[in-house]
Amino acid sequence: MVALVGNPNAGKSALFNALTGARQKVGNYPGVTVERKVGRMALDDGRPLELVDLPGTYSLDPQSPDEQVTRDVLFGRQAGERTPSALVVVIDATNLDNHLRFVLQLVALGLPTIVALNMIDMATRDGLEIDTVRLAAELGVPVVPTVAVRKRGLQELRAALDRAVSGGGKAVFASEPKDITALQREARRIAAAVTTSRAPASAWTQRLDRVALHPVIGPILLASLMFVMFQAVFSWSKMPVEWLGSLQAGLANMAVETLPDGFVRSLLVDGVINGVGSVIAYLPQILILFFFILMLEASGYMVRAAFLMDRLMAGVGLSGRAFIPLLSSFACAIPGIMATRTIDDQRDRLTTILIAPLMTCSARLPVYAMVIGAFIPPKRVLPGVGLQGLVLFCLYLAGIAGAMGAAMVLRRTVARGGGGGFLLEMPKYQMPVWRDVAIGLWQRAYLFMRRAGTVILSVTIGLWLLTSYPQAPAGSGLKQSEYSIAGHIASLLEPVVRPVGFNHDMALAIIPTMAAREVAVSSLQTIYSIDAGDDEKVGQEKLAQRLHNAWSLPTALAFLAWFVFAPQCLSTIAVIRRETNGWRWPAFTLAYLFSLAWIAAGITFWTATALGL
Amino acid sequence: MRLDRLPLRQPSRIASIDWAGLAPRDARRLRELGFDDGVAIEALHHGTLKGPLACRVGRMIVALRRAVAAAVTVEPA
Repeated sequence: MVALVGNPNAGKSALFNALTGARQKVGNYPGVTVERKVGRMALDDGRPLELVDLPGTYSLDPQSPDEQVTRDVLFGRQAGERTPSALVVVIDATNLDNHLRFVLQLVALGLPTIVALNMIDMATRDGLEIDTVRLAAELGVPVVPTVAVRKRGLQELRAALDRAVSGGGKAVFASEPKDITALQREARRIAAAVTTSRAPASAWTQRLDRVALHPVIGPILLASLMFVMFQAVFSWSKMPVEWLGSLQAGLANMAVETLPDGFVRSLLVDGVINGVGSVIAYLPQILILFFFILMLEASGYMVRAAFLMDRLMAGVGLSGRAFIPLLSSFACAIPGIMATRTIDDQRDRLTTILIAPLMTCSARLPVYAMVIGAFIPPKRVLPGVGLQGLVLFCLYLAGIAGAMGAAMVLRRTVARGGGGGFLLEMPKYQMPVWRDVAIGLWQRAYLFMRRAGTVILSVTIGLWLLTSYPQAPAGSGLKQSEYSIAGHIASLLEPVVRPVGFNHDMALAIIPTMAAREVAVSSLQTIYSIDAGDDEKVGQEKLAQRLHNAWSLPTALAFLAWFVFAPQCLSTIAVIRRETNGWRWPAFTLAYLFSLAWIAAGITFWTATALGL
Repeated sequence: MRLDRLPLRQPSRIASIDWAGLAPRDARRLRELGFDDGVAIEALHHGTLKGPLACRVGRMIVALRRAVAAAVTVEPA
């Protein structure tokens, strides 16, 4: 096994992709949320070689989980990983001063080591000339110039690897790493000795930054980019979501036609196809959002966005890094939570994960639209401002305010301490490489689908069982939803939600809604016996009428307030479990958000009742 | 002069860093990013409303908050 190590922004992942292609496996190291990426490559004589892409770190001080894993793997102490037989250290040729320090630290370990002097083309463009022979002599290890994104230097790298693994040099673990400052000075000395500079550093990046980080133009540019991103998430996903919907309907029809009526058919159609289908329907949005995030990340703009937003986020104890994940959560909390991996501080990351479900995701819209349409008259409050739109806007604001408040409390309680600072390298701007973006997208899609296939599938089946059994006797006139186990649970739940203005029907509706928020619409339709044969529009109009007759205005407002906070989305809970590696934080999320939902619904209901609405 | 008060695009050098006054975590990260006495430094951008600042340290651009920048003393290059 050969380990790929390097500082962040050295182009390590690009080199990994170039060497292994799509032959990669992504997982987690046991017990920590550090991604383990393994790929296979072949040496020129055909011998296979396993390549592990270690997390990008600046040093071997075990301060963050990433650094801990990197260190443990290199010292052969990481569970489930062999001691590497050789190291490939990836460094940025335009930033030798800094990257060489880490090389010195790694060379001191005594493993056979090869330095990949990456982005050599950028160095040439910046007017830097690097004496690789001298560099190799200074470091005492082979140095291979590479351009990972253009697949240059790979041949030479493979040849060097061949020599390194064939040499069979036994690891002699040298002394513990020397003092950082001493190594840094040594690195600067070597960098100065091997580099001839003819031009100032990265002129291009500095020119672009004058616009991107401008105090006025910068935020406007960021806002426009985000606007385009959101438009794309909703408009581009429309078609694929419809295809997936018709595919789902087609599969369900096929199952209905081929299978006899009974347990198996109902399980397959209502439990598996429609249950998992409702989750997979998010896949197009997730992919589009991740396409943008990966592009922003690969181009180097992401850190600039964090820079621009840091002041605002610092107000609630977060860093600018939390901005993009939280913004993504407006589309869907799932990719938002997955995107928190870019936050290196663990407490910042945890806080961001915990508040992400409070951002008003697209699945809340059908519920809001239904209740607002039924209860809020479409009158004007100001020229151009309708009351319905105003209520919707307030619901979005309530979510943001709730998230900010929650962040402040969480940072002072369960996620207290940690750095919470903002201190990072701003990488040079780069053209994103399609291959890397495509591989990144595939990995996100795979992770999400695997979730859908396991946790989400089993829980949707569980929910289906709860709502379908025991079956109401035919012709008894009893509603299946009332007769089932879910109906009984609703009766137990009723006393809990009664004080905040919910009736029995609402208690019943929120049980299947655990699967996903928009299920509230269809389950209310079922409960209020809307004929499924009606088309969507007629069904919605009928439902609005029934709701209007069955609920009071305070009740309806309480229901809206409930949905601002309630964590009614299995996929989100499953993703939180995945990203935090255990049931502790998803359980915490459920508890605190349901409590908030109850309190918010209560306050809304009591206030509205007191005001005589 | 303190780094957080250094005018933009004025080539300077780090004179001293108050390591003891920094959180250990921030101090470590600053060292890793190449902050050291005598290193060339230049302020490039100020975030709006007392936001973070971006500066060039050696050949790298680093973003840091003002509170951390205040621990870095610079002198004209």
